Amino acid sequence: MARSTKRAPPWGAVREAVLDGLRGTGRGTLEGVTTLGRAILFLLLVLPQLPGLLRRPRLLLEQIYRVGFLSLLIIVVSGFFIGMVLALQGYNTLVNFGAEESLGVLVALSLTRELGPVVTALLFAGRAGSALTAEIGLMKTTEQLAAMEMMAVDPLQRVIGPRLLAGLFCMPLLAAIFSVVGVYGGYFVGVGLLGVDTNVFWSQMQAAVNFSEDVWSGIIKSIVFGFVVSWIAVFQGYDSAPTSAGIGAATTRTVVISSLAVLGLDYVLTALMFN
Amino acid sequence: MNDRPPSTPENAPRLPLIRIRGLTFRRGRTLVLNNLNLDIRRQGITALIGPSGCGKTTLLRIITGQLRPHRGSVQVDGVEVSRLPRKQLLELRKRMGMLFQNGALFSDLSVFDNVAFPLREHTGLSKDLIHILVLLKLQAVGLRGAHDLNPEQLSGGMARRAAMARAMAMDPMLMMYDEPFTGQDPISMGMLLSLVQRLNHLLGMTSIVVSHDIQEVLSIADDVCILSDGRIIEQGTPELLRRSKTPLVRQFLDAAPDGPVPFHYTASSLERDLAWES
Amino acid sequence: MGNRNLELTVGCFVLIGFVAFLLLSLKVSTLDNLQSGDNYLVTVSFNNIGGLKAKAPVKLSGVSIGWVESIDIDRMDYQAHVTMKISNRYDNLPSDSSARIYTSGLLGEQYVGLSPGGEEAFLGDGDKILISDDALALEDVIGQLLYQKAAGD
Repeated sequence: MARSTKRAPPWGAVREAVLDGLRGTGRGTLEGVTTLGRAILFLLLVLPQLPGLLRRPRLLLEQIYRVGFLSLLIIVVSGFFIGMVLALQGYNTLVNFGAEESLGVLVALSLTRELGPVVTALLFAGRAGSALTAEIGLMKTTEQLAAMEMMAVDPLQRVIGPRLLAGLFCMPLLAAIFSVVGVYGGYFVGVGLLGVDTNVFWSQMQAAVNFSEDVWSGIIKSIVFGFVVSWIAVFQGYDSAPTSAGIGAATTRTVVISSLAVLGLDYVLTALMFN
Repeated sequence: MNDRPPSTPENAPRLPLIRIRGLTFRRGRTLVLNNLNLDIRRQGITALIGPSGCGKTTLLRIITGQLRPHRGSVQVDGVEVSRLPRKQLLELRKRMGMLFQNGALFSDLSVFDNVAFPLREHTGLSKDLIHILVLLKLQAVGLRGAHDLNPEQLSGGMARRAAMARAMAMDPMLMMYDEPFTGQDPISMGMLLSLVQRLNHLLGMTSIVVSHDIQEVLSIADDVCILSDGRIIEQGTPELLRRSKTPLVRQFLDAAPDGPVPFHYTASSLERDLAWES
Repeated sequence: MGNRNLELTVGCFVLIGFVAFLLLSLKVSTLDNLQSGDNYLVTVSFNNIGGLKAKAPVKLSGVSIGWVESIDIDRMDYQAHVTMKISNRYDNLPSDSSARIYTSGLLGEQYVGLSPGGEEAFLGDGDKILISDDALALEDVIGQLLYQKAAGD
């Protein structure tokens, strides 16, 4: 501040900096829009390939193994711990109101409505999504996709389609497993360690959790998340620059964009379904 | 022209397999290929050489239909590639094979499954028949013993030979090699060279070899094209080319560091660039 | 990985997933067996419904027999007009039954409790329950207590 009184402010430089900032914003916006356009075109090319996959279940099976089964461990462990933490935190709050018998309700509702689908999707993006991007990006870099095209085999059908479909199929299963394991984690802490009555835990839960509202809305969320995360992952891999730095950047983008998309969509879906 | 039936044995030797006329391709604003004309005759080995970045790989990709030219016509076996719908293009590609620089073997499949891949995708052959065919192809490239290895267990030269077996699995009429000898030791280079030559004559294919290893590729080629600045500047037999007086051809064949292709990338004068600091 | 092993693993994974769905629907939540199936409408008016909300259970002797379908204000007498759906399995409620709003626990959710009367005629679709008791407003109770205490001193 003191310095600016001594020296005349360099208006030219300031103006340049402002213009640079505006140009940067404009460029970023344009790039974002064109990338979105490419992603949508890509999806439109992939979608017609999906029905043909039903005639080649083996391809889908392989991807379900890699996308779904290999994510099982992290989902089960995280689910159990999240359920335990929910029960511990919830108990400490509820016990002040003498409402600790509602512990099961709290754990089950948090898991089925929100944490099950959302945390599963975030873990899925980190575990399976990044692997998908890196794998497809590497296939592109090493010209495996081009070689496939040269052998008159469409990589969209052979490589992209099964991975997209497997992600869409596995996410609801993983989210359901996460929620159930979480409920048992909450049961373990609430009933086993903190001494809530078993029957009260389950009966209160069953009375308050509604299948068509709570469980079903969670399943719908996880289907949407599964689709969006897999789409982002395979697109980023297919669209990555064919260098090792390009694959690294694409993998990071997959995790960042899909996490943001999941959290944003979660709000939209919640607003749509619970109001 | 387009509805001409596929070649019959009588007219086969006379008509070129690939006929390119007035081919122009731009990448952004730079002209990669500029009004290029080229004929590639059947059942010969054509070497495509030229300085790096002169559009050789682009030319291969246009012939296979992976890239579409902005102007001009590209005919492969009488079929206009540049305007072919996707489905027919895929049909045409079943009769083409391409060897990529590093082989591009599928890393999640074994060598056997890599070679079997095109057969399983396109033919309804029985498991036993595919087994026999794959082993024969691998025998031809000397890798029958390596059929259950994974691609990462192969050396660079072996990976290229395995990829060659895969590219030939469908008995193509046209084989394209994109810099097949780069980074090979003399032994595996010799193996690859004799393989390209032997397979071409044995199977009656047409081969296009893009390479920087001038002397080696000249030793097996029937025809040589030199590509520079997006056009063919010289075409003929290796003998004809060795006697050529064109400066660029001379620079290329003699591997001279400076000449028509300058050593320095285009820049302003050195004095001006250095004076900038002070 | 062999073909058979792959099939087995994926099969197990899918099975675990479906078992999870089953547990979610049977053990964690209640399938809405009351909402599906046939039921009939009964209305009742209250002076004050407290915190009663739509979808709150309707109970008879503590057993859920239906739920609150809608709540609005009667334009004629400014009372809260509550429409309830009651399962057809309980079609033998005497027509002079009474309704009251209860709270489960001290701070729990509110529900409508029915007490059967003695009439021989039963409530049918569209009938109105005439006897009703309002929600217990906590602030009234506390006020009453304070008043009694002050009066006692």
